[in-house]
Amino acid sequence: MATIREKLVLVGNGMAGIGTIEQILKLGGAYDITVIGSEPHPNYNRIMLSYVLEGSKTIDDIILNDWNWYEDNNITLHTGTTVTRIDEGSKQVITDNGMAVSYDKVIIATGSNSFILPVPGSEKEGVVGFRDISDCDAMLEAAKQYNKAAVIGGGLLGLEAAKGLVNLGMDVTVVHLMEDLMERQLDRNASSMLQAELERQGVKFAMGKQTVELTGEQRVNGLRFSDDSTLAADFVVMAVGIKPNVTLAKESGITVNRGIVVDDYLQTSMQNVYSIGECAEHRGVCYGLVAPLFEQGMVLAKHLCGSDTKPYEGSVVSTKLKISGVDVFSAGEFMDSPEHTVISSKDEWKKTYKKILLKNNVIVGAVLFGDVTESANLQKLVKQGAVMTDEIYSEVMGTGCCGGGAKKGTSVEAMADEEIVCGCNGVTKKAIIDAVTENGFTTVDEIKACTGATRSCGGCKPVVEQILQFVLGDSFQQGAKQGICSCTTLSRDEIVAEITAKGLKTTKEVMNVLEWKQEEGCSKCRPAINYYLGMMNPDTHQDEKESRFVNERMGANIQKDGTYTVIPRMYGGVTTPEDLKKIADVSLKYDVKVVKVTGGQRLDLIGVKKEDLPKVWEELDMPSGYGYAKSLRTVKTCVGSQFCRFGTQDSLGMGALLERKYERLDFPAKFKMAVNGCPRNCAESCTKDIGIVGNDGGWEVFIGGNGGIKPRIADAFCKVKTDEELIEVCSAVMQYYRETGNYLERTSEWVERMGLEQIQMVILNNEENRKELAARIDFALTQVTDPWKKILNDNSTRTALFEDARV
Amino acid sequence: MKMTTQTYAIGSVQDFLMQIGRVVVAGNVELAVFRTSDGRIYALENRSPHPKGGPLAEGIVSGHFLYDPLYDWKIDLRTGEVQAPDQGSVVTYPVTLDGENVTVSV
Repeated sequence: MATIREKLVLVGNGMAGIGTIEQILKLGGAYDITVIGSEPHPNYNRIMLSYVLEGSKTIDDIILNDWNWYEDNNITLHTGTTVTRIDEGSKQVITDNGMAVSYDKVIIATGSNSFILPVPGSEKEGVVGFRDISDCDAMLEAAKQYNKAAVIGGGLLGLEAAKGLVNLGMDVTVVHLMEDLMERQLDRNASSMLQAELERQGVKFAMGKQTVELTGEQRVNGLRFSDDSTLAADFVVMAVGIKPNVTLAKESGITVNRGIVVDDYLQTSMQNVYSIGECAEHRGVCYGLVAPLFEQGMVLAKHLCGSDTKPYEGSVVSTKLKISGVDVFSAGEFMDSPEHTVISSKDEWKKTYKKILLKNNVIVGAVLFGDVTESANLQKLVKQGAVMTDEIYSEVMGTGCCGGGAKKGTSVEAMADEEIVCGCNGVTKKAIIDAVTENGFTTVDEIKACTGATRSCGGCKPVVEQILQFVLGDSFQQGAKQGICSCTTLSRDEIVAEITAKGLKTTKEVMNVLEWKQEEGCSKCRPAINYYLGMMNPDTHQDEKESRFVNERMGANIQKDGTYTVIPRMYGGVTTPEDLKKIADVSLKYDVKVVKVTGGQRLDLIGVKKEDLPKVWEELDMPSGYGYAKSLRTVKTCVGSQFCRFGTQDSLGMGALLERKYERLDFPAKFKMAVNGCPRNCAESCTKDIGIVGNDGGWEVFIGGNGGIKPRIADAFCKVKTDEELIEVCSAVMQYYRETGNYLERTSEWVERMGLEQIQMVILNNEENRKELAARIDFALTQVTDPWKKILNDNSTRTALFEDARV
Repeated sequence: MKMTTQTYAIGSVQDFLMQIGRVVVAGNVELAVFRTSDGRIYALENRSPHPKGGPLAEGIVSGHFLYDPLYDWKIDLRTGEVQAPDQGSVVTYPVTLDGENVTVSV
């Protein structure tokens, strides 16, 4: 049993080092592994820090390996510990707290630090870099207290930091030495488009400015530039570059240039000591992006495990800005010079820009702005040094009406097995192929579930699809038929058709008869089938609580700590002093943490304990506001003709009427409406599923708007003259959506899938059809009841659902 | 280190709705108890192994798997093992069915 394993010490607990360890574990490397890191966290995904700042992810979300992972893999982890020296003689690494850990092999993966400009005042309070979680925390904290921020550096990091701070509500100016943003990745065209787009999003710019001093007493209060102009700022982020962290290597006598010098097997000048990631310098290059880390890690892992590997010969780097709403990409050489042949297209209306650089007809670089769908493909072509052909041209430039499509399979064929497909999770082409061949997978979802590819940012999905297509060959079309989830290959329409044809009554019957792979389905298909059954048979279908997502089952929104949010109904956003008083009394009595006004003009009572929910509802004695449901959420209104000097229609009255009429009915997804009294559109109907705008002669109806995850401006649907017509049109649109929408498909996607004209044809050109749709929704509406009341009247469900048993 | 286990009577089978979890506090441990469609009962610690934690009892039950309510992780009710691609495990506690009576050892 007692085999002696070699001791491997990893210095640095970041993505590069842990990525290597993961590869070593996969290869079955026989090492006793110790990881020593100076940050107090387990390993996290540094490239996602901008999402944390932007608010779309929390720090917990970007943890890659939690504490259990180290334990499960028998890895000794020392956090908050800094290695000060590697002693070659005694083969020990020495730490700042006096530990001496013996090694056979060492990997230095200490990454890099923010480069702090050596100008007077850079040590002042309120000046940070943007590099790690503590910087991120400092920025989140600053946004709460201060208003004016300056970000020095208009590169990738600087822009991400700036956008994050704008999202946090700060007034942000980016100070950049050059005249062009991201000049190391973008050409002038893309750069100016980027600046215009970011300005539109609220970022200010001070271009061509060299900072010479940070002013202020103890805390920074401004910047002074070389032209003697100044900028006020009470928070400054330095994002001018990174500096490989080479202290340890230097102290230990290892050869250091800009970074720690390594050879093609990542070996440093000291025997048995390797280095990888941002701290390493390979063939004169220090990389500051993620893809090279994985490529280096793969070579090093194989080398350490004694398996055959090609040497590391450097990486082609590509860049994608991660901040939302701005898509830019560049790979390889991007600045045109006389030796290049340049293919470019710029569309100022669509705000897109595309440029491909050729050298002797070989694709050597590319820049994309606005539309980056071809980024994965171009990155690959640049990496391969592909020769430009007519096919590739029509594929990537989008000309030639029937190019692309099936031909795309050819490029992944040439991709090396070790090549990283998913940069976020370090998944290689081979890992994907293995997953397909060993498990018989046929869908991207299955690959995602097994390997993690496409799971984080999703940018690699097209390539994963191409690999799938390449491996499955002719069987792809058939095999890749996407069911509604991995339990079935049947589509939504097929399932609905089978339910009608075979008269199926329960989710269980559906799954049984239609031969589900997982007998009782999953969290995706069960709620969907329950919805379809209820939509088709509103009077006879027994709603299945066990197939409902927790929020709909409990009648409130679950929060991350297991407490709930309660939203009482307020028709059209209108309440009364009496109701407000009641809400306040109940909130105090049940210790509600926060009372918040929602985006849809309602009140959120956040932080109600599960067992208090029935009592809260009982004492509020108001209808459920359905803040949790796949049904009508709210009808947002403006003040309208009752009070507003501009209002031409009674939006308050109409909003409340519509909300009362359609509340409680199930929809494929949440459904939002707005009614405006005049074209000033104060209730923002352009981002609602149905938006209604009053004008002098009647109402205008808009459909398919969305302000959420995929924003979309609503399409003008029709104009009507009377309130009756308005209600009939709304009814017909809603019922048509209920009958044809995929479960969880918002109207914004539905309108695009069905086509606006198709919906107009069904509803506007065919009066009989419209009346039948309206009649069907009216019938379904006779069946709905208030869930809060229902639970209050059902003692046994109430006990089983809401009360904990204590023994 | 837990040195002793104690057995608690936590009610009758009927107290647990089919495929709908229930929170049972046994001594000082909070459990999520599930009755699967084959009539079996499973008890897990009511805490998601996801780094952000959160309860399990309100998840969707399928066969002997649970989809956790906050993060949709798939967890084997029998072993507490989280299914790939997620990783982790939940502590499970042995449940005994004696006729209608359910007991759990914690």
